[in-house]
Amino acid sequence: MTDGASVIRVFIADDEGPARDRLKELLGDIAAELQTQVVGEAANGLEAIERVPSSGAEVLLLDIQMPGMGGLEVARHLATLEHSPAVVFVTAHDRHAVEAFDLNALDYLLKPVRAQRLAAALRKALAGGSPGREQLARAATGAREYLSVAERHRIALVPVRDIVFLRAEQKYVTVRTREREHLLEESLVALERELADRFVRIHRNCLVARAAIRGYERSGDDADGPRWQIVLDGIAERLPVSRRQWPTLRSLLP
Amino acid sequence: MASIRQNVFPDVLPDFRNLGVVARVLLAVNALALAGALYAAPDFPQALDGFVRAAAFFEPLLLAELACLAVLSPWSGRLAYWAGCVAVIVLVTLLAGAYHAALIALGAEVPARIARTALICAIVAAGLLAYFRLLTKAYSPALAEARLQALQARIRPHFLFNSLNAVLALIRRDPKRAEHTLENLADLFRTLMSDARSFVRLGDEITLLERYAELEQLRLGERLRITWELDAAPSDALLPPLVLQPLLENAVYHGVEPGTATGEVLVHIERRGDRVLARIENPHLEAEVHRAGNRMALDNIRERLALFFDAEARIVTQSVNGRYRVEIEMPYRSAQP
Repeated sequence: MTDGASVIRVFIADDEGPARDRLKELLGDIAAELQTQVVGEAANGLEAIERVPSSGAEVLLLDIQMPGMGGLEVARHLATLEHSPAVVFVTAHDRHAVEAFDLNALDYLLKPVRAQRLAAALRKALAGGSPGREQLARAATGAREYLSVAERHRIALVPVRDIVFLRAEQKYVTVRTREREHLLEESLVALERELADRFVRIHRNCLVARAAIRGYERSGDDADGPRWQIVLDGIAERLPVSRRQWPTLRSLLP
Repeated sequence: MASIRQNVFPDVLPDFRNLGVVARVLLAVNALALAGALYAAPDFPQALDGFVRAAAFFEPLLLAELACLAVLSPWSGRLAYWAGCVAVIVLVTLLAGAYHAALIALGAEVPARIARTALICAIVAAGLLAYFRLLTKAYSPALAEARLQALQARIRPHFLFNSLNAVLALIRRDPKRAEHTLENLADLFRTLMSDARSFVRLGDEITLLERYAELEQLRLGERLRITWELDAAPSDALLPPLVLQPLLENAVYHGVEPGTATGEVLVHIERRGDRVLARIENPHLEAEVHRAGNRMALDNIRERLALFFDAEARIVTQSVNGRYRVEIEMPYRSAQP
């Protein structure tokens, strides 16, 4: 254990005011064995994403059930940071619900939290570092509502519903919304699997939002027949459709 | 009435002022008469003819008997179940006899002798009472389950643990408020664990609503804003217990908690003539898709309303302009005798 001089910087994210107060009280109670300092608070997931990166927090006490964005998704986005904090999940759920989230892989505290458990969880989290991205992805059920792009002290969130297409290029995936482009360090295959409800593959390297498809244009002919490209809502760019995906895509239009 | 805990549901006489009960009696008696006529006559036209003649005889009697039972129901309801049954049968038989005698005195044609009329009436009355008893028994599992469900499902563990957590946060900085909160929690659980088989006063149910709302307010702070429209609420009205609280809980759980903005909840209760109307509204959140459990509470409330009020109560849900609304309508019954 480190000596008394080092103070652990803690960030608390919980949508209920009294719950945040309680955690602060408990941190005070364990001060004799574990010196902590609360460097920030958030009342929902989006606030946490906004504030955690610049807070310098080493550990994040993160409620799982929060409005706007749940704790698991928050943790997944924060994991893209260069220095992402260690995470201790907190939940009022009973065991049944915890199993539904498949949290077994992760460390979590049940509310009401006991001081000794909190101290132990903080120590363990600091020793173990931040949870891995794959581990978090496994624990989360369902698709994310946002994709995140880590900048130096900030995380930019791109709402999945705003995305028109996703295109793989070399190491990155380009995320195109109506307004602008972002670069993402994820695999297109994993994104396709996660977002299958909303996106469809049009080419080996490209997924488009089903809701954005407006139609198809013939771009020319070659030896095997006509070639098509897709017309998307809100952007001028036309994207080529592969011959293999064409039958699936044609059936999507009424 | 003292009831044995293991015994699920005490027998009670049907409520003769309830439209559902009256409708069932009318249907059953006419169906029996038609069956009798079909059995007695050689072909269908004659059977129909026989039924019409019989109806002309028994219909006035039937209506008069139902009217008498409705008028006397406050008194018959106070008797023990079996004594009440005997009283009802005796009353029906006596009325039949009197009716028959009056017809003879007026010189009208009567289809049978007086003893036969009285006997048929007694048998039909006994048969119908047996039918109503079975009907109540068929519904009673819903009541037995109501309590269990209340504890296991409807009061969500999520709510209990978060509330306890909130109390823990209060104990040091505001012990008075912590005490008050624990008292509210105790009241809520007392009601949940109490007997779900008897009526409660609307005034008491409203108090419960307010205590529950205080607990949620503590947790959610300014995210929850409840508007109470209770000026026209008849606090002496009787209703089954735990009809409104689960609806308010649903409103908070589905309409306020998952949102980041302030959630406006409306509780409106009023008396309109001989009906009591209750309406609970909350924001209809789009993101709110993966929270289950709403249906179960609604189904249970619907079943219990049917048991207490038969066909006279209804519960309707709708979603308009981004608001989700549950409306309950039930007959106004006063706790005052």
